[in-house]
Amino acid sequence: MMRFVDEYRDADKARALSAAIAGLCEPGRTYTFMEVCGGHTHTIYKHGLEDHLPESVTLVHGPGCPVCVIPMGRVDDAIHIAERPGVIMTSFGDMTRVPGGRGSFLDAAARGADIRMVYSPLDALKIARSNPDRQVVFMAIGFETTTPSTAVTVLRAAAEGLRNFSVMCNHVMIIPAITAILDSPGLRLDGFVGPGHVSTVIGCRPYEFVARDYGRPLVVAGFEPLDILQAIHMLLLQIAEGRSEVENQYARVVPWAGNPRALRAVDEVMEPRPRFEWRGLGSIPRSALRIREKYAAYDAERRFDVPGGRVADPKACQCGEVLKGALKPWECKVFGTACTPETPIGTCMVSSEGACAAYYNFGRFSRRRVREASREAPREAPR
Amino acid sequence: MTSREEQVLERIDRARRRKARVREEHITMAHGAGGRATQTLIEAVFLDAFRNPLLEPLEDGAVIQVPAFTAPGGACARLAFTTDSYVVSPLFFPGGDIGDLAVNGTVNDLAVCGARPLYLSAGFVLEEGFPVEDLRRVAASMARAAAAAGVAIVTGDTKVVQRGKADGCYVTTAGVGLLDRDTRLGVARARPGDAVLVSGPIGEHGVTIMLARGELDIEADVTSDTAPLNGLITALLQATGAVRCLRDATRGGVATILNEIARASDVAVVVDEDAVPVRPDVRGACELLGIDPLYVACEGRVVVVVAGEAAEEALAALRGHPLGAGAAIIGRVAADPPSLVLLRTAFGGTRIVDVLVGDPLPRIC
Ligand code: SF4
Repeated sequence: MMRFVDEYRDADKARALSAAIAGLCEPGRTYTFMEVCGGHTHTIYKHGLEDHLPESVTLVHGPGCPVCVIPMGRVDDAIHIAERPGVIMTSFGDMTRVPGGRGSFLDAAARGADIRMVYSPLDALKIARSNPDRQVVFMAIGFETTTPSTAVTVLRAAAEGLRNFSVMCNHVMIIPAITAILDSPGLRLDGFVGPGHVSTVIGCRPYEFVARDYGRPLVVAGFEPLDILQAIHMLLLQIAEGRSEVENQYARVVPWAGNPRALRAVDEVMEPRPRFEWRGLGSIPRSALRIREKYAAYDAERRFDVPGGRVADPKACQCGEVLKGALKPWECKVFGTACTPETPIGTCMVSSEGACAAYYNFGRFSRRRVREASREAPREAPR
Repeated sequence: MTSREEQVLERIDRARRRKARVREEHITMAHGAGGRATQTLIEAVFLDAFRNPLLEPLEDGAVIQVPAFTAPGGACARLAFTTDSYVVSPLFFPGGDIGDLAVNGTVNDLAVCGARPLYLSAGFVLEEGFPVEDLRRVAASMARAAAAAGVAIVTGDTKVVQRGKADGCYVTTAGVGLLDRDTRLGVARARPGDAVLVSGPIGEHGVTIMLARGELDIEADVTSDTAPLNGLITALLQATGAVRCLRDATRGGVATILNEIARASDVAVVVDEDAVPVRPDVRGACELLGIDPLYVACEGRVVVVVAGEAAEEALAALRGHPLGAGAAIIGRVAADPPSLVLLRTAFGGTRIVDVLVGDPLPRIC
């Protein structure tokens, strides 16, 4: 497995691709690409990928960070459920620090709520089985990548006839988010690096409208840094050749048609909501999923009535602009001073996939000064 | 990079230098993770309340001049003093248990002060219902670890709390040791040109514990690296007088230690990712979990800062000891940009390595 990873992190291959990318850039022209997925944002910063790009290529970060798009109202609703007697609330680690109007899950836990971190919804199911006298709720978040495992978990709970397990469904869909970005005024994008994991489920076909109707090339890419570099090369090649197509750089994992079995499981358990409030992006029609009537017993929103209030994002928060790629993280007025990973105001600062957190944690340094300084420091021999 | 971005970076730098404040009304798990939340809590609550020159450097132990005793040669005897509490779940894990962890941890905190560990105390908080057999196992393992490290456990305390008020068994150890040499060590002593070393592959203890909890469906052949480092450190200090700083990379991992050094010495630490030793199983598990081994706890690894010209000497001394066989030079200290740890990635880019707020969280997808 490790060889597998190293193969996609080879600095020599990166330098070769980097030269090819520079060769494709027309002098005097700039290129702006959006990587839709937060996983890509994380990879880009973690490996220092931008060091391999010419100055004329800019990457802007998209909305595909599951934690970042959760609005405050949903966090408050979840905490409302978590604070009911006898409830065990479960969720992914990243979710525990997302601020709501009354603090985060961590704060609720410190006040006495029983909130547990799980690695998959099936872990939550395990907790439900071993705590028959408690109500176990799974706070489900994520794009199409994680939706099938939530659906399968609900199906399994139903098959076992579990009576103390339910899901608070916050699953969102990537296509409406991309459309919202394409339709938002004043944004000039030359192409998209398409999400890899999401596409293992939905395939590549749903992106065709981006190339066809909006004339923007889109390349679905894997999560290793070389994958992303190669996708950027493919985008530039399309532009140089005057094409606008959907291409699949990640064919070793992503089938063109996606995963029909996973899609069927999702369709069995969930249906689109008429609208869903996205953090920063506002309310987007048919952009999220809820549990179908048939599985109402496993729907936490039906089991516990939730206030369902809409909480306005904090005034200082410019997450919406960052999620749309209209602002670079550091351009937000509170970035790094009032809003830090310790004291996040917005969600983009919480998840390691959030653009603000990635930039703060990995990219918050002056490249100019580092270039000057690293001339002196010798490189250590590889182990 | 635009100058506007650089201005923002400078503003952030100033904000980070301001005095830490605890904003939370309650303790959260992040306060115990060894990252920035822990640091803030210590500085804002404990340092504020106890402030004195011995505590202020916030090293792993305090070094005290004892005027009443004189060491051979007539100098004032210098005593190192430290304490640490251990709460680990599960109590028994591959490669060790809470007992040897508690002894080795305190031995190591003394050793990195440059001291020869001598005497330990042991305090136990036991939960009603805890099996006596398990307590015997813990005690036996503490005795073995103490013998291996050449220390004696000379005093102790036991408390029992109601069922549910603790998780089985907590152990607190304190220790004293003597500084035989006139070495001055500290996180604030790193200088540009110094070399940074680790004494072996990193992240093994933390990954072992994560996997031993059985919550992850990951199989890996990893055992804790818990070990007493006093022998290794003595060998190092005998080989070279040019050591500036020693820290054992426990909670928060190597990354957190390097940040403490960069901050206290007002220098940059530049690490080459390729040069950092990580066992394939540890790397694989971290890769799957989406966490960085640089943040994962070790219990038997020391981070060494040594004058640049003594780097090879120090490396040879570490490698000459069984516990340092996997030692490596992982980076250098530079003047600029101050207070930052930079990583030159294997991919050929550069990024910073910051202190985490709390525990490293596994990624979602
Ligand atoms: S700095 Fe904070 S408030 Fe501003 S966009 Fe980023 S996460 Fe949102």
